[in-house]
Amino acid sequence: MKHARVAYAGAVHDAVAHDGGIRLADGRLVHESDVVWLPPFVPRTIIALGLNYADHAKELSFNAQEEPLVFLKGLNTLIGHRAITRRPADATFMHYECELAVVIGKPARRVTKADAHRYVTGYTVANDYAIRDYLENYYRPNLRVKNRDTCTVIGPWLVDRDDVPDPMRLALRTTVNGKVTQQGNTQDMVHDIGSLIEYLSSFMTLGAGDVILTGTPEGVIDVTPGDEVVTEIEAIGRLVNTIADDAAFGRA
Amino acid sequence: MIPIADALVRLRGMPQPMDMVVDPTANAVAIAGRAVSVEALAWEPPTAGTVYGTLLNFKGALAALGDAVGKPPYKAPPNAPVLYIKPVNTWIGFGAPIPVPDGAPELEIGASLGVVIGRTACRVTAADALEHVAGYTVVNDVSVPHDSYYRPSIRLKCRDGFCPIGPWVIGRSRVANPDALALRVSIDGALRQKNTTANLIRPVARLLEAVTEFMTLSPGDVLMVGVPENAPRARAGQRIAIEIEGVGRLENPLVAERELVPGGHA
Repeated sequence: MKHARVAYAGAVHDAVAHDGGIRLADGRLVHESDVVWLPPFVPRTIIALGLNYADHAKELSFNAQEEPLVFLKGLNTLIGHRAITRRPADATFMHYECELAVVIGKPARRVTKADAHRYVTGYTVANDYAIRDYLENYYRPNLRVKNRDTCTVIGPWLVDRDDVPDPMRLALRTTVNGKVTQQGNTQDMVHDIGSLIEYLSSFMTLGAGDVILTGTPEGVIDVTPGDEVVTEIEAIGRLVNTIADDAAFGRA
Repeated sequence: MIPIADALVRLRGMPQPMDMVVDPTANAVAIAGRAVSVEALAWEPPTAGTVYGTLLNFKGALAALGDAVGKPPYKAPPNAPVLYIKPVNTWIGFGAPIPVPDGAPELEIGASLGVVIGRTACRVTAADALEHVAGYTVVNDVSVPHDSYYRPSIRLKCRDGFCPIGPWVIGRSRVANPDALALRVSIDGALRQKNTTANLIRPVARLLEAVTEFMTLSPGDVLMVGVPENAPRARAGQRIAIEIEGVGRLENPLVAERELVPGGHA
């Protein structure tokens, strides 16, 4: 089953995919362009991986790692499918990152890699934008690069875990204005999902709604206002986002 | 706006924080007309939003980096505020034990004033920043000691129980000037650190302006203004008290992690 959270007719609804459209929990069938898409689950801690694909790490001149490079994000940064992301006027390099997002379904503490999948409720797609102009050499990647409002796009669907038999073998790709700019496969992760859950839960108790953004492969390019950026993961979803300038955000 | 007449108090079993009269000097709460000591009550963290920390916002903390600030890996002093997050698994209230993991003989005690947001703050100016503040609390940003600010592992800062908050959120109106508050850390009753928020590089209002330029703070979010230099260290069996003038005193014991979890292991 594919789950969504949408705003429609003055309320927020849980919904599921139905015959190319959406069925709200109250039974109404609606078209996907008639709703406002929200993140498909109620988020708690947002955990993100840096350089978790060998090729992307190489692209950024980064060497082998002893432990996963993890950073956290705040809820301010999230937006849903078909929403708008701001590119500040002074940015010179703003890039998308197509990532498999793993959503935790129940408290997980000291979980082994072999058991880890039992704590996952499902998967979705994330586009974790970065604006490299703001990178500083303290607590990298610093939140001014990675935790900006509207810069973490997530959805459209939360796909049930059991509907994804092998999350470690999914094709990812990004298109900008219809042109493929990033391609990869989750099999190339440096630290796989089970290892990440084992690692994280060894020191922090994970809970329902926690989400792990598992990193991105190589192929990141600068995007500019007006660009339509589509991050897509096989069997999970196709997440659409549009870049807008400061004026669209009242900052002219 | 989160309106606080006096202080937001959240005791164990309370479904939500209640506005109660507190005495931050005596560290007591008025209950049924009498002053009850904080120690006599069971506390939950008084806040529920995202908890952000600000790195190197004390003049002395930046100065302590010395020449290293201009050398790799840092190459330059911080430009914009460098923030980090203490996630929900780290939050505990007054009196709850801070777990000390095996292999960490001591933990570092990061004492900070916590600014609690009361009204959505996006692109605020320093002049009206404090209008967005509900109140203030005391935060203990606990870490496994480490030397580098470059890319420290969250394993060192985001362990369960590594962010005591409390005892309460004292209303903004009770703090005349958040940039002139004495801060003291004691371990087992002995004074180990003393500083004041007068030493902030970005005082509270300017910090809120710089942060909300790039990210929105929501009601209930907490922004730690920074941890002073020479953060003291403590070990299992010791008790930490962080006192911020006019805000309150946050106390927590350090307990070996293995003793906290039946059947727990390293």
